[in-house]
Amino acid sequence: MDKIIVGLKRVVDYNVRIRVKSDGTGVDTDGVKMSINPFDEIALEEALQIRERGDAKEVIVVTIGTADAQQQLRTGLAMGADRAILLETGDQIDPLSAAKAMLKLIEEEQPGLVLLGKQAIDNDNNQTGQMLAALWGRPQATFASKVELQGDKAAVTREVDAGLETIEVDLPAVVTVDLRLNEPRYVKLPDIMKAKKKPLDSRPFADLGITTDDAFSVTHYAPPEQRSKGVMVDDAATLVAALKEKGLI
Amino acid sequence: MATALIIAEHDGSTLNPATAKCVACARDLPDTQITVGVFGDSSADVANAAAQLDGVSHVAHVDNPANTQPLAAILAPQVAALAADFDYVFGPSTTFGKDLMPRVAALLGVNQISDIMAVSGAREFKRPIYAGNAITTVSVKPDYKIVATVRAASYKAVAEQAAVDVESKALDVTLPDHTRFVSVQSGASDRPDLQTAPKVVSGGRALGSEEAFSIIFGLADKLNAAVGASRAAVDAGYVPNELQVGQTGKIIAPDLYMAFGISGAIQHLTGIKDAGTIVAINKDEDAPIFEIADIGLVGDLFTVIPEIEAAL
Ligand SMILES: Cc1cc2nc3c(=O)[nH]c(=O)nc-3n(C[C@H](O)[C@H](O)[C@H](O)COP(=O)(O)OP(=O)(O)OC[C@H]3O[C@@H](n4cnc5c(N)ncnc54)[C@H](O)[C@@H]3O)c2cc1C
Ligand SMILES: Nc1ncnc2c1ncn2[C@@H]1O[C@H](COP(=O)(O)O)[C@@H](O)[C@H]1O
Repeated sequence: MDKIIVGLKRVVDYNVRIRVKSDGTGVDTDGVKMSINPFDEIALEEALQIRERGDAKEVIVVTIGTADAQQQLRTGLAMGADRAILLETGDQIDPLSAAKAMLKLIEEEQPGLVLLGKQAIDNDNNQTGQMLAALWGRPQATFASKVELQGDKAAVTREVDAGLETIEVDLPAVVTVDLRLNEPRYVKLPDIMKAKKKPLDSRPFADLGITTDDAFSVTHYAPPEQRSKGVMVDDAATLVAALKEKGLI
Repeated sequence: MATALIIAEHDGSTLNPATAKCVACARDLPDTQITVGVFGDSSADVANAAAQLDGVSHVAHVDNPANTQPLAAILAPQVAALAADFDYVFGPSTTFGKDLMPRVAALLGVNQISDIMAVSGAREFKRPIYAGNAITTVSVKPDYKIVATVRAASYKAVAEQAAVDVESKALDVTLPDHTRFVSVQSGASDRPDLQTAPKVVSGGRALGSEEAFSIIFGLADKLNAAVGASRAAVDAGYVPNELQVGQTGKIIAPDLYMAFGISGAIQHLTGIKDAGTIVAINKDEDAPIFEIADIGLVGDLFTVIPEIEAAL
């Protein structure tokens, strides 16, 4: 195949402990560390490995987001992507509209494979890849832990509740990746320098002519119910006695 | 009267308990008639089981040889066709539902509400974001078909009722042939199922090896408990992926959860927040898991487990 498209979303870093604003209007993201969604890093790593094996020629990273997201695209370029596209918008884009936007890029670029994360760890939606595959009328292989390309087909192993499921899909297809697919490489300083020269094409999301969906509105944010700290016991016998008393064992 | 369609999850012969939890969620919708859609191949037993879920008024049964395996690309156009007449279309927030429902939503031209935890009104729902660190209330505009997944751990399965009618449906939809099932590999065991077991014994990175993890299986068997694991333990290959508990594994709500050598990363805790009693055994007294454990014990799991077994 010629091209692989990889979706990179800019999200609050997974190590940040998110706090809900006390007035319930949102979560506090001021000044917190932002990163590439961890699943998307894995998607990119997979694309790079496929290219390095000679099964693809070009890896294109795509973000829908604010101008700040150029930072994450540059990281993607430093990891080894060939070029980047930023569909710039100040708004939170709903998954269906994100999928529609990606479909427009697919029509332009004609990739043989689209790799996305299984979910973005901010909204935890787990929708975009499945929606894109539906709109595109192409196969989806979600929650992938192994991707084997075989000519115009791919065998994908998926992490499902029952264990590991393998399906075969015709290409092009959308694959959404799970954590155990690979270990993303570290970015080295010279690569960061090189990445500065790679093409990053920034265009307004609005130019795509997609009417975003305003069906959902979040009316309130609340912290989760806190579990209170319990008791510490000194030994196994006391523990077992406590569980027996509660009727749990 | 509003109408809700619940997409049944099953393995061809038995209904997955997550379906009964989706029904429980749909019953919280005001004034809504509930239909269960069973898509399978020779799946009459499943349809009959669905007909006995309390609160269900109707079962739509679609048998088709193409539905032997639950492939989202094959099922989605059928579900979308059946869903045309419904106000709500719900599926479980299991890997089955997470794979299928967004594809259905896109075919219907709508976004999805993922992981409903609570119904606050006919068009208002609670769902977690940021690995459960914030709970949002989402309100949906009128006349918009509500496609959603239901967070099974937030609901108790409904009881049984006298069976209602099962209607066989033939749908006139063209199914794609671009997606094919190859195989499924599961470490099937006689142990209780992680997602439904009242007791779960879980192990983390501290176990150190696949062989050493057998101490967890041993205790689980003595307690008749299911076995779970942290991501670190799965990544290290001590146990298969289907045992992972957490944000990207299984979200569970057992009465008793015992964590051995698990530090308590937020991604792990997301998976056990609804557990009744959490017990943590860790040799580090500052391990974050103690912040949320109901009963904590500082100690080396390799000495504590034999002591627990002796005290049973
Ligand atoms: C996007 C994303 C998603 C994730 N999803 C999940 C998920 O679904 N589930 C999940 O679990 N993790 C998930 N993680 C990983 C998570 O952040 C942690 O890395 C992981 O949970 C750590 O596993 P652990 O507690 O077993 O290991 P560690 O954090 O290494 O903890 C091991 C603990 O064992 C204790 N210990 C060591 N030896 C002994 C002994 N002999 N006796 C008693 N105690 C001992 C140590 O004190 C320590 O507290 C995710 C991470 C990311 C980035
Ligand atoms: N705004 C975005 N920009 C780039 N990729 C995105 C965006 N939103 C979603 N994606 C991709 O879709 C995946 C699933 O996202 P979600 O459906 O929001 O959980 C992410 O892991 C990304 O790969």
